[in-house]
Amino acid sequence: MSAVLQSLVNQPYKHGFVTDIESDIAPKGLNEEIIRLISTKKNEPEWLLSFRLKAYEKWLTMSEPEWQNVHYPKIDFQDISYYSAPKPKKKLASMDEVDPELLRTFEKLGVPMHERAALAGVAVDVIFDSVSVATTYKQKLAEVGIIFCSISEAVHTHPELIQKYLGSVVPVGDNYFAALNSAVFTDGSFCFIPKGVKCPMDLSTYFRTNTEGSGQFERTLIIAEEGASVSYLEGCTAPRFDTNQLHAAVVELIALDNADIKYSTVQNWYAGDENGVGGIYNFVTKRGLAKGVNSRISWTQVETGSAITWKYPSCILRGDNSVGEFYSVAVTNNYQQADTGTKMIHIGKNTRSTIVSKGITAGHSNSSYRGLVRIAPTAEGARNYSQCDSMLIGDQCGAHTFPYIQVHNNSAKVEHEASTSKIGEDQLFYFSQRGIDAEEAVSMIINGFCKDVFQQLPMEFAVEATKLLSFKLEGSVG
Amino acid sequence: MIIANSPTILSVQGLRASINGTEILKGIDLTVRSGEIHAIMGLNGSGKSTFAKVLAGHSAYEVTGGSIQFEDKNLLELPPEERARAGLFLAFQYPIEIPGVANTQFLRLAYNTVQTQRGKEELDPLEFDDFVREKMKLLEMKPDFLDRSVNEGFSGGEKKRNEILQMALLEPRLSILDETDSGLDIDALKIVANGVNRITNKDNATILVTHYQRLLDYIVPDFVHVMQAGRIVMTGGKELALELETRGYDWITANKQPAAGVSA
Ligand SMILES: Nc1ncnc2c1ncn2[C@@H]1O[C@H](COP(=O)(O)OP(=O)(O)O)[C@@H](O)[C@H]1O
Ligand SMILES: [Mg+2]
Repeated sequence: MSAVLQSLVNQPYKHGFVTDIESDIAPKGLNEEIIRLISTKKNEPEWLLSFRLKAYEKWLTMSEPEWQNVHYPKIDFQDISYYSAPKPKKKLASMDEVDPELLRTFEKLGVPMHERAALAGVAVDVIFDSVSVATTYKQKLAEVGIIFCSISEAVHTHPELIQKYLGSVVPVGDNYFAALNSAVFTDGSFCFIPKGVKCPMDLSTYFRTNTEGSGQFERTLIIAEEGASVSYLEGCTAPRFDTNQLHAAVVELIALDNADIKYSTVQNWYAGDENGVGGIYNFVTKRGLAKGVNSRISWTQVETGSAITWKYPSCILRGDNSVGEFYSVAVTNNYQQADTGTKMIHIGKNTRSTIVSKGITAGHSNSSYRGLVRIAPTAEGARNYSQCDSMLIGDQCGAHTFPYIQVHNNSAKVEHEASTSKIGEDQLFYFSQRGIDAEEAVSMIINGFCKDVFQQLPMEFAVEATKLLSFKLEGSVG
Repeated sequence: MIIANSPTILSVQGLRASINGTEILKGIDLTVRSGEIHAIMGLNGSGKSTFAKVLAGHSAYEVTGGSIQFEDKNLLELPPEERARAGLFLAFQYPIEIPGVANTQFLRLAYNTVQTQRGKEELDPLEFDDFVREKMKLLEMKPDFLDRSVNEGFSGGEKKRNEILQMALLEPRLSILDETDSGLDIDALKIVANGVNRITNKDNATILVTHYQRLLDYIVPDFVHVMQAGRIVMTGGKELALELETRGYDWITANKQPAAGVSA
């Protein structure tokens, strides 16, 4: 790798700073007492405490998964603090009352919240270290009957919805990390789009982990009733830390008849330094249930951060004619490891799914695509199209593809395409012979490679993602 | 055309270069003046493409001796993109495919980069579209070229036309066309040659690398150089190409002069 490329690839992490806000941190360790403490702190109803305790019991009987193609030191779950909240000085009535330090954090991240909310028409449910600090645009949404708030708020204001849907797509004992999340989740977003309502704006949440050593366990629940539609944006950045931070989120989506949920993520958690020290461990369970006829669940993700990514946003296509989509760009550099992909479970008739996965691997990093397409015996006429492309930058990295295809209905059609390419010295020379330097060349090649995925992102997110990618790795030779 | 007292664009002296420790260029001397067309001929493997790539600054080659002066610049001090911006253009023997990058996007970025360097206005996508379509007519190219990925799935002939299109867009001071004729049928060859002839003028210069005389029927060189084992072993006028066509290369040895020698 030439010196110029080396320096381009190794740009320091832009969002690496720690905001100094007094935190209220639970003692380290995980036990029934801590779970009761979280529940009490959050003033939760009894049924939610039992939900947590049930998950905890399940978790105790489970063991950490080992099938994934990532390697990391054993996590000491007793060495993590499971709750931390900024101390509220007083109740906040408007954005003006939000801690200016917090506002400055968002400025630094390039997310001027008020501007974003006002100009871009995006409602930002600000999540700051597990607890909602401010929620905006709620009223505007309320006018059309949309509920968009933190999940802990919804527990109090709409307990019947939470009780009905929480854990309905990802059961408490679904997997090790989902069980952990179900036991200790602190906050997250709740969206409810009632029958027939098209959400008038993209809903957006900016996540941020802040307190060193505290795990982050987000919980998101989105429900679109019959004929409803919503586009939800999740973006996250994290401060620069030396010790690894565990992140185990759960996201559940439910789409009823003719409903449409589009969930987009740009993920830029701290990835560790160029020697692989530090960085977020990101173990995420995301699943959408296309429950109703003609419903659609669409996942788009741009994964650029985290030391370890373990994430398979999935669709259960239960309704007849329902549609599942997964569009993914995963970038790894330095010593990052990603094992990501999707599951498309076809149950209903004429269900269709599309998988487009683009892996970009640089430095000493390792990236795996892992995807399951299952066609149940009931899924008459189901169709799947999968395309998995890998691009390698340099020769120290590794890319792997693990497609699992299970077809139990003869009328189904499943197509899988895969390719591996390299940004070669000759490509860069071709660009440079036309006056284009390596930085621009790589950016153009990468954006070309990711085009099919970026097209799925909402406009402003696409711009952000493009910049982020150029910033993360601007090239190398094959 | 040979013009008396026209300024020197390229001056190569004693150029030696190697790849992976193997010396390929073993002392090349060449002077190219404004307005001139030079042909470099030679058998496969004689080092023609290597010479072209070393002029353009390919990083795989190590220059171990000699000098390259390009107008007022010491070319060896410049990275390839700056050589290009200074007006040096290489039409590749094997144009590189760049999947996913639309040709129009690539062409516009190249064009705007060079324009900026010359202190001229950049073109926005719409303006550029009009501009590039005009140039494409010159080469009788189909408009769908613009939307396809750079060189991906192009036939050999399409790739070569795409190279000359870039030459037309970038208006270089010195163009090096490496085997632009190979892979072209006779009609395409005429179109491409006609395109090149429209671009060449008294203010620029061209080096045609080829091992066939055929191209030189349409683009008439002022000088013909013969390359052998990394050296220019003979230089003559356009008749030399015809002589090579009939007699082959065997009769040439390093120190022999051509029948009708012109010294470059
Ligand atoms: N990567 C390489 N390593 C060693 N020798 C090479 C390499 N690339 C080209 N060569 C050698 O350099 C010589 C000149 O090649 P080239 O410049 O392509 O010739 P031409 O264009 O005249 O056909 C050939 O003998 C070829 O085998
Ligand atoms: Mg050659």
